[in-house]
Amino acid sequence: MIVAGPKLVELDGVEKHFGAVRALDGVDLMVGRGECLGLVGHNGAGKSTLMHILTGTASPDRGRMIFAGSEQAAYSPAQAKRLGVRCVFQELSLCPNLTVAENARVFHPGLSGFNWRRKAGRLIIDRLDAIFPGHGVGASDLVQDLPIGRRQMVEVARAFTVTDEPVRLVILDEPTSSLDAHSARQLLDFMRRVVADGVSCIFISHLLGEVLDICDRIVVMRDGKTVADAEASSFDRDGLVAAMGGVDAHVRDARAGAAHVRGQSPLRVRARPMRQAGAVELVAHEGEVIGLAGLAGHGQTDLLLAIYARALGGRGDLDVTATVALVAGDRQADGIFPLWSIAENIGVRSLARLRRGLLLSPRREDALANFWRGKIGIRTPDVHDNILSLSGGNQQKVLFARALGSDARIVLMDDPMRGVDVGTKLEVYDLIREEADSGRTFLWYTTEADELKQCDHVYVFRNGSIVADLTRDELTEEKVIQSSFEEAS
Amino acid sequence: MTIPVAASAPAAHGPDRIELRRLLRALLPALSLALVLMAIAWLNPRAISYFGFTLMLNLAIPIALATIAQMFVIAGNDLDLSIGAFVGFVGCVAATWLRETPLVGILVLLGCIAVYAALGALIHLRNLPSIVVTLGMSFVWQGLAILLLPKPGGKAPDWLLAIMGVKPPVVPFPILAALVIAAVAYVGLMRTSYGAILRGSGGNAVAIGRAGWSLLKAKMALFACTGLFGVLSGLALIGITTSADANIGNGYTLLSIAGVILGGGEFVGGRVSPIGAVIGALTLALAASPLLTFMHIPPDWQVAANGAILIVVLAARVLISRKDVER
Repeated sequence: MIVAGPKLVELDGVEKHFGAVRALDGVDLMVGRGECLGLVGHNGAGKSTLMHILTGTASPDRGRMIFAGSEQAAYSPAQAKRLGVRCVFQELSLCPNLTVAENARVFHPGLSGFNWRRKAGRLIIDRLDAIFPGHGVGASDLVQDLPIGRRQMVEVARAFTVTDEPVRLVILDEPTSSLDAHSARQLLDFMRRVVADGVSCIFISHLLGEVLDICDRIVVMRDGKTVADAEASSFDRDGLVAAMGGVDAHVRDARAGAAHVRGQSPLRVRARPMRQAGAVELVAHEGEVIGLAGLAGHGQTDLLLAIYARALGGRGDLDVTATVALVAGDRQADGIFPLWSIAENIGVRSLARLRRGLLLSPRREDALANFWRGKIGIRTPDVHDNILSLSGGNQQKVLFARALGSDARIVLMDDPMRGVDVGTKLEVYDLIREEADSGRTFLWYTTEADELKQCDHVYVFRNGSIVADLTRDELTEEKVIQSSFEEAS
Repeated sequence: MTIPVAASAPAAHGPDRIELRRLLRALLPALSLALVLMAIAWLNPRAISYFGFTLMLNLAIPIALATIAQMFVIAGNDLDLSIGAFVGFVGCVAATWLRETPLVGILVLLGCIAVYAALGALIHLRNLPSIVVTLGMSFVWQGLAILLLPKPGGKAPDWLLAIMGVKPPVVPFPILAALVIAAVAYVGLMRTSYGAILRGSGGNAVAIGRAGWSLLKAKMALFACTGLFGVLSGLALIGITTSADANIGNGYTLLSIAGVILGGGEFVGGRVSPIGAVIGALTLALAASPLLTFMHIPPDWQVAANGAILIVVLAARVLISRKDVER
């Protein structure tokens, strides 16, 4: 084990069980002072549970926790806060109905008195300025009015604000998943700076490039245990994927020799973004996977929603010639029905087919759900369990199953792979390719370069219009970035 | 990377749009009040006077107080279906005990606020739906009121009559009272640092809990505020009507909910506006009897017409806010 400076936190044989599920099965973990520790693993490997234990929101069933040399017997969120542990959770933990400044106040009980509003505003805006220069967030903006990327920025910045307690350990759980490439870079640079100042970070991400790039040491988790722990320089991408286990290490790049000619199959979608000048159109034919690229929030989602609205009988200057299903990106807000079971969540897009007479047939619903559980590997003992019993990545699989299990011939995907692990991603890529070959059309908004490589054709968006139209052969990451940032001439 | 400049391009017109949207949202309640006032001015210009406003808006004071009371529970994603019966009970206490044995009366009213806080604790600890609990409580309050005052009667304490009968110069008393109520509720819930926590508990309770705040205390505080404003509403009502009746506040439950919603509040998510709620209450009070009387609608039809106006006004609000989202 490599020790970078004295130890800050040490976990010794920590176990946590949820019923029959062993979420943590004897984990040893050490974080040094001024160290950036990367934590990777599949969905359900136990990373989130580990973080809840470190922040005091869950207590271990067995094992010891030592913080700065003293063993913590009665560990609680309050105690964690006193010790300087901060966490940026994967689900946003801001209050949408409060302003940015008020959300900072929620975090700092000391911010009271007559002028608290101004103080809180300055505190959070200073941090935002330090981490994300040019962020465009105001202290009196309501969080609900901010797009998801900026909400994530506020959440990150808030974790680094200091009033009376010091910041000693910051845990970032998928902080970059809702940020575009530029803001993600700003965050990673900032993390290196605070680590140099002696703050410790735990960085959880499914974007292995980022982890390899900024972490000093990487710990790999699998099935509730740590299976590898070494300096970051001793890993490479393939090595990490192999350590995480389960899938073979090669990202399956382009489909070999599928030089298909466009326009052979029937037209499925023809659409123009609202603010588009000129005659550029997005065109999708049967069996194609079309990528919508560019920085986050530049009109990709709007276009997908316009297509969806048109397919449901709305008006608009676009052609949609088949049935449509949408895979939502913000799964908590737009995707899952939190009170329903997994089976109900899968079946809701196919109710007409699940009917028997006037009523829904539970047998058909179960059959559909079980078929997709097997096909895309939703990790659950029973499809009648509540959807929230699944980890984030598995919830996302349910949303895919809902769309793919329906009769829709066109599937719209709104950056659906946010916070999904590499193994799941590779499985889903294969599934999409298979479905496309059988004649389905995919419109896929994504902010990740790896996913664009899965597409037959890519449109790059900037400020609500299409600025580049790249065929598979022309597509390179540089080209996408270049056109995303090109100044409008 | 050499690309940091263009990234903020969409931000350039972002803040303006947000500002505009917030402004529109805030102005909606005022707009509906202005519409009702214009209708009244058109039907009967003489009503727009010191005396006219005092007369038309007198009953708006207890409605505004009840609406603010309702707003506090709605801020925490709950609903109080007992506020009307509670106002009636407070009225009965005010017209009997508070006049005859003031100490007992004051203790009972303080006890009522404590009961409200306890209801908040019960709802939080047992994770009960507030609708069910408060619906049950509405029968309790009503039953107590009938025990206390089986027949309409009693008399309001003189000091209460004196307060409600004040005639300030230039500005009619109800308008002054509405301003004070709105200001107090606004400062309390929107400007204080603990008010942010209370609203946050409606917006994202998990986040508030994680940040180390007690959700139990927040819920109890919200319900206690509801109790407090409910008591004030009952006192104001009796100060105007001079005597009490166990059923006197029954209409207030739905009026107060409608007032909060009309004022820009939402049932879930901790989105409420105290100033909007008071304006909403004034709008409803005006749209209720004065407007209908001026329109020469016979009393038999007034309740139905009142409901129709409520639907139209609320539908207009939804339409306007939807336009706002589309933009």
